[in-house]
Amino acid sequence: MPVTEAAAVLVMTEDDIRRALTRVAHEIVERNRGAEDVVLVGIQRKGVPLAQRLQALIRKIEGVEVPVGSLDITLYRDDVMSRRGEVRSTQVPVDVTGHIVVLVDEVFFTGRTIRAALDAVTDLGRPAAVQLGVLVDRGHRELPIRPDYVGKNLPTSRREHVDVRLRELDGEDAVYIDKPE
Amino acid sequence: MAIIEAPLEREIEVTRETGGMLRRKDVLDLQWMERDEIETVLRNTASFKEILARPIKKVPTLRGKSVVTLFYESSTRTRTSFELAGKMMSADVVNISAASSSVAKGESLKDTALTLEAMGMDLIVIRHPTSGAPDYVAQTVRIPVINAGDGMHEHPTQGLLDLYTLRETKGRIEGLKVLIVGDLTHSRVARSNVWGLLKMGAEVRLCGPRTLVPLGIDSLGVRVYEDLDEAMQGVDVVNVLRIQLERQEKGLFPTLREYSERWGVSARRLQRAAPGVTVMHPGPMNRGVEISPEVADAGYSVITAQVTNGVAVRMALLYLLLGGQGGSI
Repeated sequence: MPVTEAAAVLVMTEDDIRRALTRVAHEIVERNRGAEDVVLVGIQRKGVPLAQRLQALIRKIEGVEVPVGSLDITLYRDDVMSRRGEVRSTQVPVDVTGHIVVLVDEVFFTGRTIRAALDAVTDLGRPAAVQLGVLVDRGHRELPIRPDYVGKNLPTSRREHVDVRLRELDGEDAVYIDKPE
Repeated sequence: MAIIEAPLEREIEVTRETGGMLRRKDVLDLQWMERDEIETVLRNTASFKEILARPIKKVPTLRGKSVVTLFYESSTRTRTSFELAGKMMSADVVNISAASSSVAKGESLKDTALTLEAMGMDLIVIRHPTSGAPDYVAQTVRIPVINAGDGMHEHPTQGLLDLYTLRETKGRIEGLKVLIVGDLTHSRVARSNVWGLLKMGAEVRLCGPRTLVPLGIDSLGVRVYEDLDEAMQGVDVVNVLRIQLERQEKGLFPTLREYSERWGVSARRLQRAAPGVTVMHPGPMNRGVEISPEVADAGYSVITAQVTNGVAVRMALLYLLLGGQGGSI
């Protein structure tokens, strides 16, 4: 549950998340004129279930089974030495070379995670293109990187925390903003 | 002869919260490593192994970090394995072997270690013929130290890679019947394996000539056999130790031929083991002495997998020991 001291405001419900992802799935198919060359790569951890959901939605829309992978970017972070964390699995079932890689993450904030993810993807091969889909874009970019597909634009202050909760990992679908006291 | 040469239990430096990392500055042995820390290493190893399978085997994680391998004994695979592990993570790796360094001019271990630290090395990997030397170095310097084998004490990275290989091959470690055959007295590989396997819940059997089994080792909770056929009954895993040929000159066993006949692992001998038995060997092998060529090359032997996993385990250790330190600098 959200941090007790902070006031948590519900900003997306289960239905909101479902509708946003459905729209993003349509946009991915529209932008790429189908989904033949698309590979969905979820960034560990919450990007992974989101990528799996997009795969299911694209299957419904286009009848195509898009490959889904996972990417752990711990080893590529520019702050790897001051953070600690377990290295989770990187598994991309196809050679990314020549494919359109759609990176999937839950929140877009400074862009540093995506910078690291771009390095990680480059080490796996040479994709035809890399695109980015996020559930929430909360602003405060620090790098010239922006998402191609956005579930919801959510203006926030830097001090706030965006808490994306997903059924697969947290037992519920919801997005909260935790406002510090 | 000392039964178990273990450093005295000393205060384990708590450098950081658990949080999926290790609670220690150094990796010197498995005797004092907690089960959850071993689990952490094994979990991380799986992720690093994926990097070994990539077309571009390099990640930028340890860019700007320097690792030195300080070897007072000859070694090919362990030193190369550490060097590759460091390089694949973008660390700068410097190799020093005692013969070609100022050690030959009489510099003490302490001064060598302090010099390396003063040069800005971030981690020391040490192999030394004296048991406890890595422990001494670890107390001398502030940077992390990894024991790459010390005397007759331990070889913890070999122990960890054997545990990882077992889990990868068998899907579990808990409850497995593991037999270690050979020169148990002089083997640091055996010691690290015994500690690691017992902590992870395996049943451990030891077998070898009476002259090469330390007295009182059964007090650790292992079963000791002299007869290989009896020891082999129903085991899931056989870990074959290298027999050092110079031991025969010291009269610890009569001839290589006799050793091979009584304690050599052959296909015929393996028939007594459980179906689907796995054979391991830390290398380098004496084919035809402790292991028959047929067994060494068989599908159930995982000797080359052990070598591959060795690189991944060492990558995981470098990450776990060097990661998360920069914040305090």
